[in-house]
Amino acid sequence: MAETAEIAIDGISMVYTLPDSEVDALNDVSLDIAKGEIMSVLGPSGCGKTTLLNIIAGFLSPTRGEVRVAGTPVKGPGAERGMVFQQGALFEWLSVEQNISFGPRMCGRDRAETADTVQRLLGIVGLVEFADKPVYQLSGGMQQRVALARCLANDPDVILMDEPLGALDALTREKMQGLVLRLWKETGKTILLITHSVEEALFLGERLIVMAPRPGRIEKEFRLPFADEALEKPARDVKAGVEFVSAREEILSMIWDMEEEIMGDNG
Amino acid sequence: MSRQKPSGLAIWLGLSDNSFTRQKTVKFGDATAVNSGRFYSMLTLAVLVAAWVVASAFDLVEPFYWPSISGTWERLVKIVGEGFRNTALLDHVGISVYRVLSGVFYGALVGIPLGFAMGLSSIGRGLFDPVVEFMRPIPPLALIPLIILWFGIDEFAKIFLLFLASLFIMTIAARSGVSSVRITKVHAAYSLGASKLQILRHVILPNALPEIFTGLRTSMGVCWGTVVAAELVAADKGLGSMIMIAKNFLQTDTVVIGIILIGIIGYIIELIMRRLEQWLIPWRGKG
Repeated sequence: MAETAEIAIDGISMVYTLPDSEVDALNDVSLDIAKGEIMSVLGPSGCGKTTLLNIIAGFLSPTRGEVRVAGTPVKGPGAERGMVFQQGALFEWLSVEQNISFGPRMCGRDRAETADTVQRLLGIVGLVEFADKPVYQLSGGMQQRVALARCLANDPDVILMDEPLGALDALTREKMQGLVLRLWKETGKTILLITHSVEEALFLGERLIVMAPRPGRIEKEFRLPFADEALEKPARDVKAGVEFVSAREEILSMIWDMEEEIMGDNG
Repeated sequence: MSRQKPSGLAIWLGLSDNSFTRQKTVKFGDATAVNSGRFYSMLTLAVLVAAWVVASAFDLVEPFYWPSISGTWERLVKIVGEGFRNTALLDHVGISVYRVLSGVFYGALVGIPLGFAMGLSSIGRGLFDPVVEFMRPIPPLALIPLIILWFGIDEFAKIFLLFLASLFIMTIAARSGVSSVRITKVHAAYSLGASKLQILRHVILPNALPEIFTGLRTSMGVCWGTVVAAELVAADKGLGSMIMIAKNFLQTDTVVIGIILIGIIGYIIELIMRRLEQWLIPWRGKG
């Protein structure tokens, strides 16, 4: 079967069985992500977005359906699908350099080649002078730059990001969004990004998926110009634009309604 | 209102607050506002020594109960020079320390893999959990009679006792080190192409090292206490046996010297372990 999508999500359902009930974390979710696309996923807590990411990463196997990456069904984690997590996934016993070279070392790549890659990536994320520092001495933003570089060092086809900027302060977060966009443009990687921030999802996603809970499903899909705009215009200008603001309000009120519904259920 | 800057000496002694705590208005209940109180530590030591000096000078206590300070000093010089019961003082200390290090070494050698097995596999956990949980609350000293029945009172018996004392501490420490690994680190490593063995070697092991080291420190402390007690029961060498034999000869001064040495060496072991930890595992608590 010839497939054009880099990531093909094909009728995924995920049912968690509890002692007295079943929870539909995901219900028949289908989605194609093209090669080189950057897609963001938004949704209230409990909408199954993290479950979806974990299925694509190969950490969970779905109850029904299948995920294919570059035509190959996902059976478990693999180096062709890089991950960037929220803080706390770096190896604190290693230096910045050793963290970045972790993947190539595990895969047994050529040492000299790896050293070149690490130097290049240190330059891209602006941490050349921190190469020998232990990662715990770095600020939160710097640590996430190490996480990005560590992921890129393995040259994966697909990068899955699970709220990579979620724990950063607002200013650092905006700067890091710019870095993510730049890396996406320069490397041409296929990126799937999960976030809680509507603004971030709008800004970074060429496509944006809004998910809804109970059962976890795709509620709405947007195609957005902002990620491309931001390559030419300053980020602040993009985010202050009329289109950006109205899209933000639309999505915010959509998620607000979903949250209301959940609260109503409980009350 | 200008306040005078306290001298470095006053801060070191704990008589003045340092520049951070000085600005705090709420100090009661704030643990960081409690300083070392070194001046008062020195005061305590000075009072204790002075009491001993005064008691000795005026013969206030029968030497049978507590020796005079000069007599104790003479005895110390004598033991250092001639040894005690044909064994140099350093050898008494050395054999006790050697027993502790051997016990902790073998305990770690068996306990760490056991703890890993328990933390990583349901079968390992199921197999060893009943034994470990049963043995955990039993004080090692309660095992002495059984070990004497099995192995007699030779060197092997003592090291075996210390091995048991450290074994369960090390097993539990290694198990909790393994269990404490954050799943995102493991997931990250898998996504970077690491194999199971590589994850064990490069993620789970370094992640468990801080807790393993805490286990080693605890083991050292427990074994030091246990070795002295074991030597009290049955041994011809070692600090514990030294004070027990001295008691039989009513040499209270030697008993006191032995007790002070046991305290000092226990403290030195703790200090060395803390230093080693800072040096070997600087990332502790930074994950």
